[in-house]
Amino acid sequence: MADPAIIPALPAEEYERRERRVNSSLQSLWDLLDAVKDPEIPAVSLWEMGILQDIAMQGDRVIVTITPTYSGCPAMTVMAEDVLQALADAGYADSEVVTRLSPAWSTSWMSEEAQDKLREYGIAPPGQGGGNEPVEVLCPRCHSDEVRRLSEFGSTACKALYQCSACGEPFDHFKPI
Amino acid sequence: MTVSKDTIKRYSIRLGDDAVVLGHRLSEWCSSGPFLEEDLALTNVALDFIGRARMFYGYAAELADDGSTEDTYAYTRDNREFTNLLIHELKNGDFAFTMARQYFIDVYSLAYMEALQNSSDETLAAVADKAVKESRYHLRRSHDWMLRLGDGTEESRSRMQRAVDDLWGYTPEMFEMDALEQELADAGIGVDAAALRDDWEQTVHATLVEATLEVPEGDWAVNGGRQGMHTEALGHMLSDMQFVQRAYPGLQW
Repeated sequence: MADPAIIPALPAEEYERRERRVNSSLQSLWDLLDAVKDPEIPAVSLWEMGILQDIAMQGDRVIVTITPTYSGCPAMTVMAEDVLQALADAGYADSEVVTRLSPAWSTSWMSEEAQDKLREYGIAPPGQGGGNEPVEVLCPRCHSDEVRRLSEFGSTACKALYQCSACGEPFDHFKPI
Repeated sequence: MTVSKDTIKRYSIRLGDDAVVLGHRLSEWCSSGPFLEEDLALTNVALDFIGRARMFYGYAAELADDGSTEDTYAYTRDNREFTNLLIHELKNGDFAFTMARQYFIDVYSLAYMEALQNSSDETLAAVADKAVKESRYHLRRSHDWMLRLGDGTEESRSRMQRAVDDLWGYTPEMFEMDALEQELADAGIGVDAAALRDDWEQTVHATLVEATLEVPEGDWAVNGGRQGMHTEALGHMLSDMQFVQRAYPGLQW
């Protein structure tokens, strides 16, 4: 098994999160929750966003652990409700969603596939640096790098508003944190 | 020497009070921002602070273990029970005043939360981990506005200077330590706010100079927030913020 200390491409927390899924005995539940999307960005699932952290069983009870993206993100409540609904629809009437703050969520936990999906959806992805380095923001429509920031905050706390000078497209950039 | 749960609870409420009061003030800008993007930015920052308040209050409620919830602290306590630093509760004033206050608080808050990341209390450290990431963005924006308004037109410069002058005496309180906070700092749980003062002054002075603003010379200082002694502004704000829960206790929707 690869040692995350030797291959720095993946943050240690994200490596552990993927290991938890791979080694879990509850594969069908992980697959089930792949259907739960981010309510603000329905192109990506909670798993792909790095929000879904763990699934456990206590007797007949399913315990799902999620981590908040931003402190005040109003979508978190909806996400928890959607998880409970998906489980209830599959016959798990008694389940619980637990919120864990630490380690603090980082956009560097998003896979490349998830970043591609964001781009296709019209959102410039955060890149994989996690906020320590400035990222090159490209227009998700025409891929030009001639873009300018209109506002530090876009339609939600996690995004900034940009406009492409080449094609004129206004777009959201998912901020790296 | 171990610190009692009650002491940590009171500390967490203080930090929650700071956040909820500023969050509410910022939310008052909703639909009144100078332009659409700023309206969104102000309310997004408001959300971050309200989220921060929920985490601190939630932890306090967990420590209290007496049936209290985050809503108990936000909606059912009176003026004198709030322990926020006064700068958070001041009326929004004009946009320059709101941004100057935000800048002073952002510089402070980033340094404070970075220090709190080292807390031996795991929950406080975890809340700080999240807050730091958000405060970096807040600061970038409020810093930009200091320069843009300070080094702007005659009108914007005079308004920004007046804002800085009017706020100045509310900043020393941010670095005061009382017995409770000293005990927590000594125990490695809380932050030694007094130690943040020099860096704050250096950073703020440099920005004021860059923004062609004058550093206020007066040495007036107001305090009392941590002891529940507030300005006239807080009671009015709470009457608005708490109205629904006061009129219809326990209401949910």
